Amino acid sequence: MSLHTSTIRELSEKLKRREISSVELTESVFARISATEERLRSYVTLCRESALGEAQQADERLKNGSDAPPLLGIPIALKDIFLAQGVRTTCASKILGNFVPPYDGTAVKRLKTSGAVIVGKTNMDEFAMGSSTENSAFAVTRNPWNLERVPGGSSGGSAAAVAADQCIAALGTDTGGSIRQPAACCGIVGLKPTYGRVSRFGVIAFASSLDQVGPMTKDVTDCALMLETIAGHDPADSTSVPAPVPAYASHLTGEVKGLRVGIPKEYFIPGIQPEVEQAVKEGIHRLEKAGVELVEVSLPHTEYAVAVYYIIATAEASSNLARYDGMKYGYRAPGKNLTETYLKSRQEGFGPEVKRRIMLGTYALSAGYYDAYYLKAQKARTLIKRDFEEAFKKCDVIITPTAPTTAFKIGEKTEDPLQMYLSDIFTISVNLAGLPGLSLPCGFDSAGLPVGMQIIGKYFDETTMLRAAFAYEQATEWHKKKPKIS
Amino acid sequence: MKITREEVQRVALLARLQLSPQEEELLTGQLDKILQYMDKLNQLDTEKVEPLAHVVDIVNAFREDRVVHEPKPDSLLANAPAKEKTFFKVPKIIE
Repeated sequence: MSLHTSTIRELSEKLKRREISSVELTESVFARISATEERLRSYVTLCRESALGEAQQADERLKNGSDAPPLLGIPIALKDIFLAQGVRTTCASKILGNFVPPYDGTAVKRLKTSGAVIVGKTNMDEFAMGSSTENSAFAVTRNPWNLERVPGGSSGGSAAAVAADQCIAALGTDTGGSIRQPAACCGIVGLKPTYGRVSRFGVIAFASSLDQVGPMTKDVTDCALMLETIAGHDPADSTSVPAPVPAYASHLTGEVKGLRVGIPKEYFIPGIQPEVEQAVKEGIHRLEKAGVELVEVSLPHTEYAVAVYYIIATAEASSNLARYDGMKYGYRAPGKNLTETYLKSRQEGFGPEVKRRIMLGTYALSAGYYDAYYLKAQKARTLIKRDFEEAFKKCDVIITPTAPTTAFKIGEKTEDPLQMYLSDIFTISVNLAGLPGLSLPCGFDSAGLPVGMQIIGKYFDETTMLRAAFAYEQATEWHKKKPKIS
Repeated sequence: MKITREEVQRVALLARLQLSPQEEELLTGQLDKILQYMDKLNQLDTEKVEPLAHVVDIVNAFREDRVVHEPKPDSLLANAPAKEKTFFKVPKIIE
C-alpha cells in the first residue's frame, strides 16, 4: 500500500514507530500529485520545497522526543482562502492574484505548531461563492470519480485532493455547505463545526455570521483528530467561543445504543435523486440496526432557507468585499480619478458570480429595500434556528442527505444561478442556525458517484455527531473505496 | 419586474462595479428571477419575530488592547499596487 493512500491515524502510528519518515511520506504525496494533477487541477499553488523542509523538521521532532501530536509530519492541503505567511493566497480571484499574506491565520498556525506539513493551496469557487468550483478564476477542478463531473464547492479542490490522495487531509471553509457538499460529491468526510468553535482569524471573509473552518478527511477518526488540532478560543476572533475542546477522537467508541436520531420529513422531498434518498435511508437503517432510536422531527421552515441564505450571505459579502478597492493590496486598474479606479479595478478583478452576489447584497441592503429583504431574512433566520431547537428537544442528532443529487456535470448549472443555489438546499439551514454538521459517504449511485449522508449535531456537541458518524463508518466500507482516475 | 435596468445601474455604482452593457442586461434578468424567488419569504408572518443577530449567546468579548503581532512595514507594503518609500501610493482623493 502506498503511503499517500493512508489516513492520518495510520501514518501517525508509523511515523511514531519510525517505520516511515515524513520526508518519504511527503515525497509520496508529491509523486501522486505529479501523476494526477494535470487531470484534476485540485491545486492553485504547490509548496513542494517548503513542504519538504517542514517534513524534515517533523522528522527531527519525531526523532528527538516523546512530543508527537497526531498531525506531526502529516501532509495537509489548505483551501486557498487561508492566509499562510509567505505563500500566495488568491481566494481563486484575479483581484488577489498576487497576494502574499504577511502572517498565518489561526487555524493554519495551529496546524503548523502541531507539525503538519503544508502541501499547497487548493482550488475553490472565487471567494467561496459557488457549489461546483467552476467559479475559480484559474481552473476548473474535476471530480476524481468522474472527470466530466464537478467536485462540488466551494471547497472542491480540497475535496478532490483528499479523494485522490493528493494530500492526507485538507482544510476547508463552509458558509452554506462548502465543506459538506464537496465532501459528499467526492466521497470523503467533511465537518463544519458549530459557529464559534474554530477561529476565523486569517480566513478571507465571505459571510462573517455564517463562515466556519473545518476538516476534510478520508475517515471520521481523522476528522476528529484534525478538529481537535484547530478548534478552540482565539482572542483574535471575538466570535470564537471560550469553551473547552474535547479530545474528540477518544470518544469514538462505536457505541450508539439508545442515541436518538431525528429524521426531518422536510428533507425527503420530491426532486431529490431517488438513488440519493435510497442510500441515505439505508444508512439510517444501518444505524438503527446498531441500536439508535429513530424519531420523526419537523423543520417546517426548511423551504425558506435558500431565500434567507442568499439574502444574508450576499448582504454580508457585499460589505466584506468592499475592502477590495485596489489601494493597499490586490489588483488595481488605472483610472482617471479615484472613483474610476475603484470601478475599473473591481470590474476587472471580480468574476461573474462574485459580481452577481455583490449586486444582490448591495440591493438587499440599499435604502428602500432593507426591510423587505435583509430584515425579513434575519427574522426568518430566527424561525429556522427555532425549528432546530424544537427538534433537538426530541433527539441527539439529525440525519439528512447532504445534497439533493450526486455530483452534476461540468457546465450543467453555470447558466442558471438559481439552480446552482438550490444544490445547497440541505446544508444551508445548518449555517443559518450555527449548528455543527458533518457529511460522510453512504453509498454510490448507478453512475458510480458517491452519495453523502449529513449528520447534524446540537450546539458545541460535535462529539455526539462524530460518535454517530464513527459507528456508521465502522459498520460500512464506503470510506475505503477509492476512485480510479482515468 | 422586481428590478429594472436603471436600478441595476444604480446598485452597480453603489457597489463600485463598472458593468458592461451586456453584463447589465444579463444581471437585470438574473437578479429579477432570483428576487422573485426571494418573494417566498412574504408567505411568512414575522411580525412578532425578532431578527437574529448572532447564533451563539456571546454578548461581548473583551480583551486587553495590546499589540501581539506587529508585521514589518515592508511585508505590508509588499502587496501594494503602488508605493513610495514607506507609503501606499493612491490616486488623489480631494479634487
